[in-house]
Amino acid sequence: MSSSNPLVVTASPHLSTPDSTPRIMWTVVASLGPVLAAASYFFGVSALLVVAAATLGALVTEFWFGKGRTLLDGSAMITGILLGLTLPAGLPIWMAFVGGAFAIGFGKLIFGGLGQNVFNPALLGRAFLQAAFPVALTTWPKPGGTWWELRGDNLALPLMSAGATDAITGATPLGLMKFEHAGTPVSDLFFGTTGGSLGETSALVILLCGTYLALKNYLNWRIPVSVFAAVAILAEMLHLLDAPRFPAPAFMLFSGGLVLGATYMATDMVTSPVTNLGSWIFGAGIGVLVVVIRIWGGLAEGVMYGILLMNAMVPFINRVTQPRVFGTGRVTGVR
Amino acid sequence: MIPRFSFRHGVHPPDLKALTRSAAIRRLPYPEEVILPLRQHTGKPAKAIVKPGDRVERGDTVAEADGWMSSPVHASAAGRVDAVGLWPHPDGSFAPAVRIAVEPYSPQAPRPRIVPDWKGLTREQLIEAIRKAGVVGLGGAAFPTHVKLSPPKDQAIDVLIINGCECEPYLTTDHRTMVEYPQRVHLGVRIMMQCLGVRRAVIGIERNKPDAIAALRSSLPGDIDVAVQPLTVKYPQGAEKMLIRALVGREVPSGKLPLHVGTVVQNIASVATIAEVFETGLPLIERIVTVTGRGIRRPSNLIVPVGTPLRYLLDACGGMTPDAREVVFGGPMMGVAQANLDVPLLKGTTGVVVLTESDCKAEESYPCIRCGRCLDACPVFLNPQLLGSLALAGRYDEMTANHLADCMLCGCCSYACPSNIPLPQLFQAARVAIRQRQSAA
Repeated sequence: MSSSNPLVVTASPHLSTPDSTPRIMWTVVASLGPVLAAASYFFGVSALLVVAAATLGALVTEFWFGKGRTLLDGSAMITGILLGLTLPAGLPIWMAFVGGAFAIGFGKLIFGGLGQNVFNPALLGRAFLQAAFPVALTTWPKPGGTWWELRGDNLALPLMSAGATDAITGATPLGLMKFEHAGTPVSDLFFGTTGGSLGETSALVILLCGTYLALKNYLNWRIPVSVFAAVAILAEMLHLLDAPRFPAPAFMLFSGGLVLGATYMATDMVTSPVTNLGSWIFGAGIGVLVVVIRIWGGLAEGVMYGILLMNAMVPFINRVTQPRVFGTGRVTGVR
Repeated sequence: MIPRFSFRHGVHPPDLKALTRSAAIRRLPYPEEVILPLRQHTGKPAKAIVKPGDRVERGDTVAEADGWMSSPVHASAAGRVDAVGLWPHPDGSFAPAVRIAVEPYSPQAPRPRIVPDWKGLTREQLIEAIRKAGVVGLGGAAFPTHVKLSPPKDQAIDVLIINGCECEPYLTTDHRTMVEYPQRVHLGVRIMMQCLGVRRAVIGIERNKPDAIAALRSSLPGDIDVAVQPLTVKYPQGAEKMLIRALVGREVPSGKLPLHVGTVVQNIASVATIAEVFETGLPLIERIVTVTGRGIRRPSNLIVPVGTPLRYLLDACGGMTPDAREVVFGGPMMGVAQANLDVPLLKGTTGVVVLTESDCKAEESYPCIRCGRCLDACPVFLNPQLLGSLALAGRYDEMTANHLADCMLCGCCSYACPSNIPLPQLFQAARVAIRQRQSAA
């Protein structure tokens, strides 16, 4: 045995899956590529500016206040991109940057870093932005225009009121439904040619990317499936009761941030239940909350609060859905 | 949904058995020295009855059992006792051992028939013969076989289960035993059935060993009820509780033993050894071992004397490759890495796996991301994620409440963990801490 190659002694098992936490995180980042491409297809350069600013805010905060090399695990990158995708294209990018910094600083690091946070950091960042800049966060540019055209005062200076721009803005489909009782064709929603935040656009692209992750077991398919099922069932029941007042399930499913939220945010491993039964309950709870908030709440959209509220329930869900330990309780086959 | 001939959860590691799957079992020349630790079994260590300078023949007792829950140790080669004292033990400690300098020119002829012929012996005589022959479970835990064969009188045993799963990756000792010695396996089963007074035996074999299944099926005895049952390939199919579940659909209650559900489980190697002991008349002084892994030049299945030094064994297999990095006793899932190549092979050593640099690059651990994969992997349905975080926080009482005692340390959770958290090690450490606290109180 040469001294340059000493034997090592490690604990068993001496084999492990090829999957690693960074690999999972970076694969999720890569899977967001097509979603980003779709966003920039509809909202041009503004989409990339906003997402880049939010991501930069997240990465800088992680680097500055995180423990050493945690930047490399990819989780801050996901938070930044996801936050960016929940924002309107015309948002001043300094606000996106602040949101990214808040998401990592107060959504994750303050709890102790990766794995310790209770709430989805990206959504916490968005909740903060919505409270701090309510007008900017609800100014929705419509898709269209040339690629290089800014969709709002993206480059406004921090803390200055945003300058007026001539970008065409309008209500989101949910806003139209809620406040003006106007519908939007479901095909527009599915392919993304509507107003809304960057990632609220193409349900098709998000679902394809989500399916890829689910097939790799990088997200728990039970969560999006139960979210969609709960929304569809509840919306269908309401629609049957009073069709003019309550929109059809397809509209509920593909409008707003539901597809993005159910696929990428509710499935955040850290803030979703560890048990499979718990995942069903968690997803169904989100679905119910989304419908309730959208229909009876004061807001047009309920995905963010639906997920954040259910995040808070996760420790409880985990506790009550513990599997039966082998050989305890109802034991089979014992004479 | 309860799967047939399988169990729920578990993991699918690569089986890596191709290195030695078709390598016939061969013998090695005797080493210059054999080292016989007095503790090679579960229970009390044996008591040495030889002293330095004593001449021993092959099969002579060198240490006697200390009580019922113990097992004697026999000389595995003829020679002179060199020393009786501390020596590196595969568990990482220094433990009392008898060292024998092997007589270089000895024909290694055994004393004639130390163990009597099994025919005509009563149940009690059979069990006593097995006890005296130092037979212990050869699947790893080395539980004294005579204790297993003597269940309490109030526990009716109705089926004997033979474990031919060999679900640990790399290892092929049980596989080769079944392929090369099917008659011996069946004789061992017959003797054990007689000891237990059971009428039914089932041999469970994972489906990835079709030649073993065929060999045992084609040699089934006609006069007793022995069945060969192929099982799903999944780790840990060979864990007692999983195997019983898969073969007879009974669930061993938490904290209980297989005999509480009317079963006794024995590993294939142990069964074949019982037959061998009665056939040859020699006590348990040899075993079959797989030396394998990409870090060894000539992966082999070998018959070696108990107590063969690891270094000798590695050299006999062509030596380690330059990139060899870790030497593991047992399989890669539950095996113990060795820090010292002077340790001897024990009765319970199923294999030696030499891992290379690329097999075992010491990876970084990441924080738990609560992905839940460990919960889906745990064959006893624990919550390793919760137990792991409790262990790191030192909250041992809560670990006990969360069924730490039911953990088999099979390693599935850690295998599945993307953050590479050493969960079994944390659980093991917690158990030690709890035990120390109890003994201090």
